[in-house]
Amino acid sequence: MDGQNNPKLSVRGATKVYSTRSGDLVAIDRCSLDVKAGEIVSIVGPSGCGKTTLLWSMSGLHPLSSGEVLLDGKPVKGPNPEIGMVFQEATLLPWRNLDSNIRFPFEIKGNRPDEAWIGELLHKVGLEGFGSRFPRELSGGMQQRAALVRALSFKPSVLLMDEPFGALDSFTREEMNRLVEQIWLETQTTIVLITHSIEEAIFLSDRVIVMSARPGRVAKEYKVPFPRPRSFEIMSTKEVFDLTNAIKLEIVGDQKSRFAQQASDTIQPAAE
Amino acid sequence: MSDADAIPEYKSKPGASDDVGITNLSAFSSGPGIKSMAEVLAIVAVAVVLIGGAEFLLGFFEVPQYVLPKPSEIAMALVGDFHLILPHLGYTLVELLSGFAIGAAVGLVMAAVITQFPFVEKVVTPYILLLVTTPMLALVPLLILRFGFGFTPRIIAVALAAGPMVMINAATGFRRVDRAKIALARSYGASTLQIFWKIRAPMALPMILVGLMIGSIFGLLTAVGAEMVGGGFGLGNRLTSYSSMIQMPQFFAVVLILSILGILIYVLFFFIGKKWASWEA
Repeated sequence: MDGQNNPKLSVRGATKVYSTRSGDLVAIDRCSLDVKAGEIVSIVGPSGCGKTTLLWSMSGLHPLSSGEVLLDGKPVKGPNPEIGMVFQEATLLPWRNLDSNIRFPFEIKGNRPDEAWIGELLHKVGLEGFGSRFPRELSGGMQQRAALVRALSFKPSVLLMDEPFGALDSFTREEMNRLVEQIWLETQTTIVLITHSIEEAIFLSDRVIVMSARPGRVAKEYKVPFPRPRSFEIMSTKEVFDLTNAIKLEIVGDQKSRFAQQASDTIQPAAE
Repeated sequence: MSDADAIPEYKSKPGASDDVGITNLSAFSSGPGIKSMAEVLAIVAVAVVLIGGAEFLLGFFEVPQYVLPKPSEIAMALVGDFHLILPHLGYTLVELLSGFAIGAAVGLVMAAVITQFPFVEKVVTPYILLLVTTPMLALVPLLILRFGFGFTPRIIAVALAAGPMVMINAATGFRRVDRAKIALARSYGASTLQIFWKIRAPMALPMILVGLMIGSIFGLLTAVGAEMVGGGFGLGNRLTSYSSMIQMPQFFAVVLILSILGILIYVLFFFIGKKWASWEA
């Protein structure tokens, strides 16, 4: 709404160093990226490249070693009510039923839940009437939909998703992707999504950011210029195919060079 | 049996009971639940056969009463002398309840506090293990020397027996840190206290219940044992008294009461567990 050119979420020179027993480990190294309001940005990269570290830093869940995260120009120092998180697993609390799980954020914040909005969300994701079910009575897809409702229940302006559908089968995953697209079409929530699936990244994003292997850096950025909603026809065009391959090559190429390096680093006598 | 050979039904999540300390949670989840009238009838039939068989065999072989009384004699003693035993049941319950309450409260608080500080936990754990493995009955003569023959030494012994049991199980529960769930709560800005009450405590609850159940059974054991060591009242005292007077029907009546007490404790925690910890199943 305010200044068109000011990014909604901005990461400036984010560096995170973990100290481990075997010395310091640089998880992410001077990562910078901007996300405009209402944009969907995906972050892909080889596993262990610090994607999750970057996302958790953006949410204020853990502090950066150096650099900063700005939300609407203000530094994010801790958990922020404007930010909603969806984790790798649904992370529903097993001792609470669905209704109680979805109202958990309000309980922590001490706010009155927005029942009308929650009802609307439950309707959208098709979980109406499951309120008294416990998480173990729900399928994986239903659990993750519940987690999505929970994250959106307090109307965050930014939604951070950490490989949210990685544990789901591919059909459920596509269904979830269409659901996120639909919710985005209605709410225009700014979304940052971490994923292993390039297809998912292209289907959902305005931009796909490829991170390099450890230490994680922003290696390359791809614009995804296709109109929404992205139909099956659009997703099967040659442009999408080429883009998928380009991103795949970027990631695999990076891995290849890393393996080559590791191999030359660790040449040892074969006999034991 | 064909039932036991049947392929078990697929469960989406095979209960996470790998991180359990002294015992596992099967008491709450996978107990052989009674399902049908036929099963109830079978159980009753077995009881009838066992009791009737004992009655018949003891009569047939003319086993003297002081060796083993007949079930009917035990039942008659239980009914006839119940008014004499009842006050002693009351004393034992007072010792058990107050000792258990003290021990469990201290154990729970210590478990909750200690698990917050890994270093303290490492230092304290061997001593707690020592308390768990030492039969507190051994201390009763000493406690009697110090506190006399009243309630005090018994209550202390019960607390000492139950407390460490509760603590070690509760600590196992509190140690089950789920990073994702804590991150979830923190992402909503939860305070340390909120994380404790809304994440850590409910996650620990099944193990806490296991601790309370084992602790109370150990408490009962210790209470009765302490009563047998010294003092003029309580069910344990009745056991020594009746056996010294060779009143075996009364003796077995007291044993029966103790068994029922133990089963009641188990059933109580079984239903509490079913209500509050069934999500773990």
